[in-house]
Amino acid sequence: MDNKIRMKARDVNFYYGTAQILNGINLDIFANNVTAIIGPSGCGKSTFIRLLNRMHELVPNARLEGSITLDGSDIMADAVDPVEIRRKVGMVFQKPNPFPKSIFENIAYGLEINGTRNKQFIEDKVVESLKKAVLWHEVEKRLHDSALRLSGGQQQRLCIARCLAIEPEVILFDEPCASLDPISTHKVEELILELKKVYTIVIVTHNMQQAARVSDHTGFFYMGKLVEFGRTEDIFTRPREKRTEDYITGRFG
Amino acid sequence: MKAGSLRVIEWLGFMALRACMCFVVLILVVVFYDIITKGIGIISWEFLTQPPLDGMTKGGIFPAIIGTLFVTIIAGLLAVPLGMGCAIHLNEYARDNGLTRFIRMAIRNLSGVPSIVYGLFGVALFVEAAHFGTSILAAGCTLGLMTLPVTITASEEALKTVPRAYREGALALGATKWQSIWGNVLPYAVPGMLTGAILGISRAAGETAPILFTGAAFFLPDIPNSLFSQFMALPYHLYIMSTQHHNIVLVRPIAYGTALVLIVLVFTLNLAAVMLRYHLRKKGIAHGQ
Repeated sequence: MDNKIRMKARDVNFYYGTAQILNGINLDIFANNVTAIIGPSGCGKSTFIRLLNRMHELVPNARLEGSITLDGSDIMADAVDPVEIRRKVGMVFQKPNPFPKSIFENIAYGLEINGTRNKQFIEDKVVESLKKAVLWHEVEKRLHDSALRLSGGQQQRLCIARCLAIEPEVILFDEPCASLDPISTHKVEELILELKKVYTIVIVTHNMQQAARVSDHTGFFYMGKLVEFGRTEDIFTRPREKRTEDYITGRFG
Repeated sequence: MKAGSLRVIEWLGFMALRACMCFVVLILVVVFYDIITKGIGIISWEFLTQPPLDGMTKGGIFPAIIGTLFVTIIAGLLAVPLGMGCAIHLNEYARDNGLTRFIRMAIRNLSGVPSIVYGLFGVALFVEAAHFGTSILAAGCTLGLMTLPVTITASEEALKTVPRAYREGALALGATKWQSIWGNVLPYAVPGMLTGAILGISRAAGETAPILFTGAAFFLPDIPNSLFSQFMALPYHLYIMSTQHHNIVLVRPIAYGTALVLIVLVFTLNLAAVMLRYHLRKKGIAHGQ
């Protein structure tokens, strides 16, 4: 019962200057699925998901070969504005990075830069996004307090709410729980499972159990290559590749 | 080594550092004491509001105060927007390549150029080429140019302190580059940028050499009535009163009074910088910093 393919990477090679970071990546991201990317540090998994919303362009000397498509159209084409891609493909970072503004303003910001001026609409959207991110009840009394006074886990859910407010189609999570405690991690994971009903999700994680818990598909990256990709249950119960098995059983990495 | 001798070394080091600090403070105190005790006697309402009288042996320094204020304002109007703009381009837009590094090095070196060289450059560019003549505008622009390297460097440092995560967070929400800079970088960098700029300008306010050939006058009974007028300025007036006047001994109190007013002016500017930074930071805290 595979869903339709939302994003597709074909023969992707990626370089910083002369160093090749990714090598011949072919990977499909299915709609309303959670796709987990696992692999040891430095294997290129974070680099890979930053390609999916063209965040790699912020780094000088980055060079890409191959194609990445969103609903069939090439997102890397010269005519495509990266700003448009980032509105469709949102991102939540490893370290919660709320802006040093109020909780309300953090969420309103994304709407304002997209040209929304309607105050009522913005207010409704802030509430809606906070509810979707399961943060509303914790912050409803202090929407105008600084976002930096929230705990790490709350900050990360605020960043998720901020991302939801601009209604992306795909959400990229770059190790979203790396700096969170187990309880906050659990909340974010539950949230991801809830969100996949509406959104397409890609999550990079160091945590094997997390990949097993939340994802439908898993890709194992090693030294810039996609070693194995498949349904999560297959990857974790009967991996085809020896290196995958070694990694998920904790023999290295 | 025994604990005892370690303690002695520890004590010696601490005392040596403390001696350095005391020496610096001592110099400052002596200079202030000298200027204040010798200058305070002449300060009066007349001194601050009258032009020099009787061959500059009596009267006040009003035109010099006004002149210095005007050139300082012009210098600020030139240096602050130009310097901030340049810093934003260098730090946010320019690629980090050989050319950028060369430009940055050139800017740093410019702050080491002697002020008299800026004065000569001001004559060539503003007085002659731009036809400003020897004027308040030419002198203000020259001082502004001199302040630019400091402003650019301080502004770039301020921009560097804004975390990358703010920029990335905004861009990932679909902000354009300018939107991310305007909404999520500048608000946190501007206090530092302004502080650096004001410190640079307050330095320029006390400079003599750059205004020497570009517009400062020996004596003018009236305050300037246009941007193209010549003007009197506090540092230049002080120089004249100390070295060029026909009766230096007689006008010594006026020289000290001028020095005191100049120092108070520069200190006020520095204080303004500190207060501005404090105020903007507090506003930052309200927003969550």
